Amino acid sequence: MEERWSTEHVLSLSPDAASSKAAGKLSGPGPWSGAGCNETALWGACKGSGSTPYRTVVELATPAYQCSCPSRKFPCKHALGLLLLWSGGAQAVPDGGEPPEWAGAWLTGRQERAAQKQAPRVEADPVATRRRADRRASRVAAGAQELRLRLADRVRHGLADLSTAPSPWEEVAARMVDAQAPGLASRVRELEEQKDEELLAEYALLHLLATAYERVDALPAELAATVRARVGFSTDSAELLAGPTVRDRWLVLGVRDSADERLTTRRLWLRGAKTGRPALLLAFGRPGQAPDLALPTGQLLEAELAFHPGARPLRAVLGTRHTAPAPADAGEAVPPGVSPAQALAGYGEAVADDPWVESWPTVLTAVIPVPGQGRWQLTDGSEALTIKTAPGPGLWKLAAVSAGRPVTVFGECGHRGFTPVTVWDENGRATGVSQ
Amino acid sequence: MTDIRGDLWEELRTTALLGTDRRPLPTAAGTPALAAAAGAVDRTDPAAALLELAALVTVRRRAGLLPARAAQPAQAAADPDERPALPAAAARRLAVLLSGRAAGAASSSAASGALANLAELLPQWLSTARESGYRLPPALVPSLLDAARARSELRGDAVALAGPLGRWLAEQNPDWSYVRRTVTENQSAGEERTWHEGLFAERVTHLTRLRRSDPAAGLELLRGTWSTERAEDRLLFLDALQEGLSQADEPFLEAALGDRSKNVRTTAAELLSTLPGSALGARMAERARSAVRLVDGRLRVSPPTACDAAMQRDGIAPKSPTGRGERAWWLGELVAATPLDCWTTGFGLTHAELLALPVTTEESGENEESDDGWRDDLREAWARAAVRQQDAAWARALLGPAPRRTGSARTNRTQTAGSPAKLLAVLPPAERAAWTAAFLQTHGLGDAFQLLGACATPWTPPLSTAVVAALERAATSGAYPWSHSGVLGMTERSLSPATAPAVEALAADATPDSAWAETFGRLAGTLRFRAAMLAELAEGPKPT
Repeated sequence: MEERWSTEHVLSLSPDAASSKAAGKLSGPGPWSGAGCNETALWGACKGSGSTPYRTVVELATPAYQCSCPSRKFPCKHALGLLLLWSGGAQAVPDGGEPPEWAGAWLTGRQERAAQKQAPRVEADPVATRRRADRRASRVAAGAQELRLRLADRVRHGLADLSTAPSPWEEVAARMVDAQAPGLASRVRELEEQKDEELLAEYALLHLLATAYERVDALPAELAATVRARVGFSTDSAELLAGPTVRDRWLVLGVRDSADERLTTRRLWLRGAKTGRPALLLAFGRPGQAPDLALPTGQLLEAELAFHPGARPLRAVLGTRHTAPAPADAGEAVPPGVSPAQALAGYGEAVADDPWVESWPTVLTAVIPVPGQGRWQLTDGSEALTIKTAPGPGLWKLAAVSAGRPVTVFGECGHRGFTPVTVWDENGRATGVSQ
Repeated sequence: MTDIRGDLWEELRTTALLGTDRRPLPTAAGTPALAAAAGAVDRTDPAAALLELAALVTVRRRAGLLPARAAQPAQAAADPDERPALPAAAARRLAVLLSGRAAGAASSSAASGALANLAELLPQWLSTARESGYRLPPALVPSLLDAARARSELRGDAVALAGPLGRWLAEQNPDWSYVRRTVTENQSAGEERTWHEGLFAERVTHLTRLRRSDPAAGLELLRGTWSTERAEDRLLFLDALQEGLSQADEPFLEAALGDRSKNVRTTAAELLSTLPGSALGARMAERARSAVRLVDGRLRVSPPTACDAAMQRDGIAPKSPTGRGERAWWLGELVAATPLDCWTTGFGLTHAELLALPVTTEESGENEESDDGWRDDLREAWARAAVRQQDAAWARALLGPAPRRTGSARTNRTQTAGSPAKLLAVLPPAERAAWTAAFLQTHGLGDAFQLLGACATPWTPPLSTAVVAALERAATSGAYPWSHSGVLGMTERSLSPATAPAVEALAADATPDSAWAETFGRLAGTLRFRAAMLAELAEGPKPT
C-alpha cells in the first residue's frame, strides 16, 4: 500500500476554493458507505441529498476520477472528499479490498484504453507528413525574417519615438501566429508589458532567436532543438517516450499552478536521486479543472523520463512508473543544495547553453528568508538573492517554516530574482510555498 | 543581485532609445573578450548591429550575475516553542478548516451553507486545541493569523496557539499587528503598553483580563488614567470592573456616583448595588423598606412620591424612560438595587412565601383585592435584582417550576417575571439545561432561542434530545426550516455529538430532496465532523 497523501496534496488537486471547502464537509465517515481501497484505487458511495448515493472512484496513479454526480467541477467534491477521508487513515477507508463491480468496470476500462494508447500507431503517409513539415518550416522562416525587420525598424527610429511606431506589437504577434510560430508570438506579446529597463534586452533576445532560426539547419543539433522549441515547434510525447529515457528515483521538488482565462498550467519539478538531474513536467487543464498530473511534493518515485531535446534539457515527459510515489527516507528527504553565489553561477551556466533561459531550478541550502519593505531576500548571512515573488501568503508560509532559522528552499533562480516553490523544515518535511 | 553591466550597456540603451538613424553605434569597449566579440559583429546595418551587440551584452550580464550583500534581518529567530506538536489528523483538520476561509460567497446555497458550518466550527477547534496545549504546524500559522484578523472573536485563542512564532511573524507584518496587542493568559498581565497605546476595545480586554488575575492592579491602572478618559470610554471601563468586583472597589465607585456623565453614574450605582454590604445597598434597603411594608400578611406598596437629589445620586433617573408612571419607575429602580436578603431576613419569609403574598397599595385602602399591576412591578424588580446579584435561589423561585406538558390544552400563562433567559443564566448549568428541555417539550422552538443561548455548550444529552424532538415536530408540522435558522445555527455548534444517529435517522425519514432532508443531512454531517474533530484533539500529545 502506498503512503496515503497529505491534506495539502489532496487539496492541491482541487479546481477551486469552493470545491476544497465542500470536500472538507465530505471528509468525515458520515456520508460514506462501502469505502475501500487497494494499491491503485479507492472507491466509495457518498450519500447526497438525493435518494441514490453517488458512486465515486479514484485511480491513484494518474490520478483519474469518476463519479456519478452531475457536477461539472473536476475532480468533484465527492472525489476530493473521498481522498481526504482516505488520507485520514485506514480506519475510515480500509485497505486491501476488491473494488465493487461498478468501480472495477471503470478501472478495467481505463487500463484497456491506456494499453491501446501505448500500442504503436500506424505511421501516416510519410510523404505527406514531410511535405507538411517543409511547408511549415518555410512559413516560420518567413515569419522570423519579418520579425527581424520589424525589430530593426523600431531600433532605427528609436524606441522612445512612439509616433513612427509602424504597428502595435499585438498585430505583429498575430502575424507570428499566422506564421505558425507561437513561441515568437508570445514573446512579441510580452514586449508590450516590458519595463523600459528590460525592453532593449528583450528586443535583443528576440532578434537573436529570429536570426538563429533563419540558420537553424547550420546550428549544432542540440542548440537547433532549443531554437525550434523556443520558436514554437512542439514535440510529440509518445515520440519522445519511444526514444531514450532516463530511469532514476525522482524526488518531487515542488509544484506551481498558474492560470489564465483559457488554461491552467501546472509545473512539476523533479530531481533524480542518482543522476542529480533536474526535470520539469508540464500538465494542463481547462479552467475549473485541475491539470491531470499530480505528484506529492517531497516524495520519491522510480520512473522513466524522456527529456525534450535541447542544449540544456529540462522539460521532460513521464513514462513508465516503476514505483508509486512514497515518502523519502530521512537521508534523501531533503535535496542537496547550493549557496546563493553558486545558484547564480548555475543559472549563468544555463544561460551559456541556452541564452533565452529565464530561470533555472535550484535548491538553496541553509538560507534564511528575510522580509523587507519591498522585495524579500534569501540570505546565507553574507550573500543574498532577491526574491522575485511579491509578498503574499506563500512567502509568509516560507517565513513561518523558517522562523528566522536557516532552511532548504527549492525554487527558480533567474535574472529577475529567485521564485521559491518549496521549503523543507528541520524535520525534512516539505511545504509548498508557491501560493 | 548585482550585475556586471558596464558603460557599453548604457551607451547601447541610449542609442536604441534615440534610434540608430540619429545616433551612431557605440564603439566596442570593456574587457578584451567582450571587445573582441563586439568587434566581430557585422556593422553593415547599424540597427541589426545594435540588436546583436545588445544580445551579446544581455547574455553576458545574465551569465555573470553576482549575489547581493545580505541585509541584516530585522529580528533574531523566533523563540522555540516547547509545546508538543499537534497530532497529524488534527493538523489536517485545521488545514481544511482554514483552507476555505477565503472562499467567500459561493455560488450555490448548499455550498454556502456548508461554508457557514465550518466557520462555526473553527472557534471550537481553536479553543479546544488551546486547552490541550498543542503547537501548530508553522506553515498553518499565517493563515490562522489572517483568519483571526478578520474575526476578532478568534484572536485570543489564535494568538495563544500561534505562540512565539505568531508574535515573531506579527513583528514583521503590519496586517497582524493585533497580535502584539492581544493579551493571552500565558502572557504576563503587566503589559502596560496595551493600556497606554492600544485601541479602545483592546484596552477594555486588557483591563478585563487584568481584573481577572489581579483586581487591585486593574483598579489602580484605571484610577491612573480615569480623569483623562472620555465619558463613553469611562462607561465601558467601569463596566469591566464587574470582573473581580469587591469591597476594595467601593470607594472608587462611590466617587464615580458624582461623575459628570449620567451613564457613568448609573453604571457605578448598578455595580454598587451588586456589591454585598455596600453603603449604596444599605441606602437603597432603607428606601425600599419604607416603600414596601408587610402589613397583615400583605405587601403594602407606597412608592416614592419624588426622586430627590440623594436618590438621583444613587443612580435613579428622575424621568421614567418607560411608559409606566414615574412612581412605579422609581419603585422598580430602588427595589432592583436593594439587596435581596433585605426582604427575606427583614420580613422573616422565604422567597416563595414572599412571591405568593398579595400586594396592595395605600390607595386601595382596606380593599382585600391584590393589585396585579403592582405585583408584576415588584416581581419584575426582584427579577432584575436576582440577575444583578446572581442569586440562584431567587432566580429559581422567580422562574417557577419547569413548564410541563399537561393533558389539558389549558394555556398556562408563564409564571416567569423579567427575562427568563437572564434568570436562567443565574442557575447552575445542569439545572438550566433541564429547565430549557422541559420548556421545549411544552412550547416548541418558537420562543426558545434566547433560552438555548443561555445554556452551557455542548448541550447535555437530555437537552439535545429535546431539541432534536422539537425539530422533528417542527418538520412534521409543515414549518419551513429557515424559520428556525437561528436555532439551527446554534444547534450545529452546541448539540451533543451523541445525538448524531438520531439526526441521521431524521434525515433518512424526511422527504427526499426536501429542505428538511437537506437541513438534517447537513446537521448530521456537521455533528460527525465536530465529533471527529474533537476526538482528534483528544489524542494524547505525541512526544517529539
